[in-house]
Amino acid sequence: MSEMDDMDEGSGIIKKFMFLNRKAPHGTVYALEGLEVVLITAAFDQDVSMVFTDDGVYQLIKGVDTKGIEVKDFSKTYRALDGYDIEKLYVDQKSMDARGLTEEDLIVDVTVLSVDEMANLMAEQDVVISF
Amino acid sequence: MPMVEIAGKEVEVDEEGYLVDLSQWNEDIAKYMAVEEKVEMTDGHWEVVNFLREYYAEYQIAPAVRVLTKAIGKKLGPDKGNNKYLYELFPYGPAKQACKIAGLPKPTGCI
Repeated sequence: MSEMDDMDEGSGIIKKFMFLNRKAPHGTVYALEGLEVVLITAAFDQDVSMVFTDDGVYQLIKGVDTKGIEVKDFSKTYRALDGYDIEKLYVDQKSMDARGLTEEDLIVDVTVLSVDEMANLMAEQDVVISF
Repeated sequence: MPMVEIAGKEVEVDEEGYLVDLSQWNEDIAKYMAVEEKVEMTDGHWEVVNFLREYYAEYQIAPAVRVLTKAIGKKLGPDKGNNKYLYELFPYGPAKQACKIAGLPKPTGCI
């Protein structure tokens, strides 16, 4: 067996995972649970990208204070994604525009995509998981 | 959830012994957790524990071991940011044991 085969066996199959975040950060568990799944997926050395669309763009908003609703402010955790080698963060242009948001309002660096660009990116994925 | 008495104070821990309320943490609790984990605390141990508390304050999560190792390397240098050094300090897993001593939840992505 060649060295390459050994390496392939050790590293396993790498799939392209896209996590689609469509819900506001609080009020449901989707955003926080989705984030945990993303962090776990990264531990398996998969190709992970995250997309924020609809009210999901609110997950990335700067200057959140959750004291009044007595839940954990996990928005800071998005800034740890870089350390988990998750660098592909995308937001939907239309969702941003509809809510009067720009990249300046967000806690992390993102790539803003048009509807067509987003569709192409989704078509490239092996797995798309929506939260 | 179980309650334990540490230095005369009642403290709530989860079924694996992790502190439930992070804000209760103090050095007495750290020392108690260290004894539970059979870890003898040295300056090197405290350095990692304090690093983890800072990490948590900044990102609101306990990092996975791979992420912790890399982050320590960045801050404290490569002779500390490696598996050998960290496993010598915390033989049963640096993220798991050091997080417990630091009063943090069990790391996310810890498998």
